[in-house]
Amino acid sequence: MLRTIARNRVVKRLAAALLTLFGVAVFVFVMLRAIPGDQISANLGTEAAALTPAQRAALESYYGLDQPLITQFFSWMGNLLTGNLGFSSRAQASVLDLTLAALPVTFELAVLSILFALVIGIPLGMLSASKPDSLRDGLGQTVGLAGLSVPAFLLATMLLSLLATWFGFNPNGRGFAPLFTDPLLNLQQMLLPALVLGFGIAAPIMRTTRTAVLEVRSDDFIRTARAKGVPPRRLQLRHVLRNALVPIVTMTGLQFGYLLGGAVVVEQIFSVPGIGRQVLLGIQQKEYALVQSTVLVIALTFVIVNLLTDLLYRVIDPRVRS
Amino acid sequence: METTKPVLDIRNLSVSFRTGKTEVEAVRDVSITVQPGQTVAVVGESGSGKSTTATAVNRLLPENGRITSGQVLFDGRDLATLTEREMGAIRGAGIGLVPQDPMSNLNPLMRIGDQVAEALEVHGRARGKAARDRAVELLDMVGIPDPARRADQYPHEFSGGMRQRALIAMGLACKPTLLIADEPTSALDVTLQRRILDQLDALTDEMGTAVFLITHDLGLAAERADTVAVMYRGEIVESGGARQILGDPQHEYTKRLLRAAPSLTSVSMVAEPATPAGDDLVRVSGLTKRFSIRSARGGEPTEFTAVDDVSFSIPRGLTVSIVGESGSGKSTTANLVLGLETPTAGTIEFDGVDVAGLRRKEMFALRRRVQPVFQNPYASLDPRYTVEESIAEPLKVHKIGDKRSRRESVRKLLDQVALPAAMAERLPHELSGGQRQRVAIARALALNPELVVLDEAVSALDVLVQAQILELLGELQRELGLSYLFISHDLAVVRMISHQVHVMRAGQIVESGTPDELFAAPQDDYTRELLAAIPGAALQA
Repeated sequence: MLRTIARNRVVKRLAAALLTLFGVAVFVFVMLRAIPGDQISANLGTEAAALTPAQRAALESYYGLDQPLITQFFSWMGNLLTGNLGFSSRAQASVLDLTLAALPVTFELAVLSILFALVIGIPLGMLSASKPDSLRDGLGQTVGLAGLSVPAFLLATMLLSLLATWFGFNPNGRGFAPLFTDPLLNLQQMLLPALVLGFGIAAPIMRTTRTAVLEVRSDDFIRTARAKGVPPRRLQLRHVLRNALVPIVTMTGLQFGYLLGGAVVVEQIFSVPGIGRQVLLGIQQKEYALVQSTVLVIALTFVIVNLLTDLLYRVIDPRVRS
Repeated sequence: METTKPVLDIRNLSVSFRTGKTEVEAVRDVSITVQPGQTVAVVGESGSGKSTTATAVNRLLPENGRITSGQVLFDGRDLATLTEREMGAIRGAGIGLVPQDPMSNLNPLMRIGDQVAEALEVHGRARGKAARDRAVELLDMVGIPDPARRADQYPHEFSGGMRQRALIAMGLACKPTLLIADEPTSALDVTLQRRILDQLDALTDEMGTAVFLITHDLGLAAERADTVAVMYRGEIVESGGARQILGDPQHEYTKRLLRAAPSLTSVSMVAEPATPAGDDLVRVSGLTKRFSIRSARGGEPTEFTAVDDVSFSIPRGLTVSIVGESGSGKSTTANLVLGLETPTAGTIEFDGVDVAGLRRKEMFALRRRVQPVFQNPYASLDPRYTVEESIAEPLKVHKIGDKRSRRESVRKLLDQVALPAAMAERLPHELSGGQRQRVAIARALALNPELVVLDEAVSALDVLVQAQILELLGELQRELGLSYLFISHDLAVVRMISHQVHVMRAGQIVESGTPDELFAAPQDDYTRELLAAIPGAALQA
């Protein structure tokens, strides 16, 4: 019975996911402590040097930094299991509350960016593939290359400053509006960061689409479908694109997971209070609990997205199902 | 001669392919007429232009190919001049296609029923439920059992034969007046091939559909077609009635093809056994191999017996063949003898020593004495190795000689397999299929083995090349005293090269004997079925 359970593919996947998360936890825990300085010195700056040993010891014991690392690690783990992600003294809020506020923002930004990327990337990839090495292919490839090579911070600052000076369009300067309190302003504020991120991600999606479509198009069954009299549009959608979808979904899943990690730079430039900004502030303040727990939450969303991507394969490809 | 209007009238067709800046003519001045309800076969080896001719008819040439001159008259219109849109209305409705490889010609993500129904839908013959019902009917017609359930399955749930039936259903869905069948059964086992061709014949007869059959198999063409056209290097060298071509071939190429075709002439080309009986190089007894296969829904794995209590021996200097269809266990047997798999039960004695008891080092030494040649000459050579590097590799692995002596060995080996020494510097993609297989044989001979295991070693080759390789194998055997274990699905080829034959089915040997015994008086029903399925067998009488 136990062996049957252990052999089950879903169980295997979940076990692997848990192991991954544990690895991430250990990694981020160690890395944080490998950086010189701690929360005390980050809070007090140069004044930290003026602390008497007794004061310092008191602070350390307050933050739990006097405990052996292993104890610190497992008390963090134990707290996580009870839903206690820690407390941010800077924000005077629990990490759980902070994360619950930041995560939906990042999620919204990620979804919008991916939508932009798909809307740009897939048609462009199909256009490029429709006539390889032609003018339109070159055009598509150039746009793709631009997306890959123009840095997000450059594009973001350019858009922000040009639109603001020429058209006075600067929704991001008005303080962040959550989606459900002011949807119109929120969407305006999300537009530019999503465009910038989407443009960057459209490039790998465009390239994946182009390669996959070219490969599928040379498959025998495409010729057979044409021999049946299937007209071009139907052929492209039903036969070519569907079969090219698996690599495209893989690429999209990867990019989506990466976006959920918070696009730190873009969030910073457009003042979007997402999860990436939260980690950045945490690192600056050396708030161990905040950084550790947030990174773990990011890893968790990444793992979940990966699992969902795998599930999507099963929807697309009947061979994976059986 | 009655003057009915032909279904298809190809007049002086020429087709070229552009590669880089050069234009290569693949089909030159070909004219073929197909009368209503008739079957016309085009026969030729790979690269002869037969498939190109077929794809030019419904204008599905690859992007770098184009019709340079000539007409393709179908239903009063010249297909060569139609727009892509006009062609779309003819493809599937007027001209059906049954493609070659059933494994790659179905959309893996679409249900079989939907794929058949699509042929009806795109031509407005039926929609929705009606199209589906008709698809199920068609699947039933081509002999797919339980068609309503099977229609909802995906291609990967179908066997090769079932897929080919589904493709036939697709090709005939709109009752076309012409069906192009491009090597429709070449990828299938012979017995299955026969059943499916019978079915195709019956259906096209019933619908009055004319068939344009493309095949490499002269025997098959003669058996199935009213008219046969022989193609060679892009041109039709001879055409006429099937019996006339077989009985009285005019062109030199046709004569050569006839001589080489194992299905028609199959005479033994090996000398009588020279060694006294009893001197066995290999003795296999009670050999059994079971694989555990994962069941569909997780759970306990089930066992599958690939080789079931098989015993035979290979005398020194002779050829022993194992013949059977896919899944018969013949390749697993070969892998066991090669030491690539470990037997579940039974023993393999090589030169009197039980292989199972050997330690690693002794096993390594044994590998020198047993060498394989595999089926696909395109896959078994490393594409980045030159011919010399490929052949010298076994010498390197077994640390024999230095660089100079290895180079000398390669030269000698190339000579043995009748390849010029200049070939040594070539890469596999610069060689033809036959040349590659010669290189693979040279590589197998590099270590002076005593036994060569040939697993479908000539199956992927054109008949003329196949005959040359078989001849080479015979010569090498006589010169070097080699023993062969020859694995094949093709009884006719087996007859040409073997001293002893074992027929395998479902993991067991069902009949053994000399080729002549087997051909003259087969004892087992299965052997009889295999023999009857050889295309053209009936025409020999």
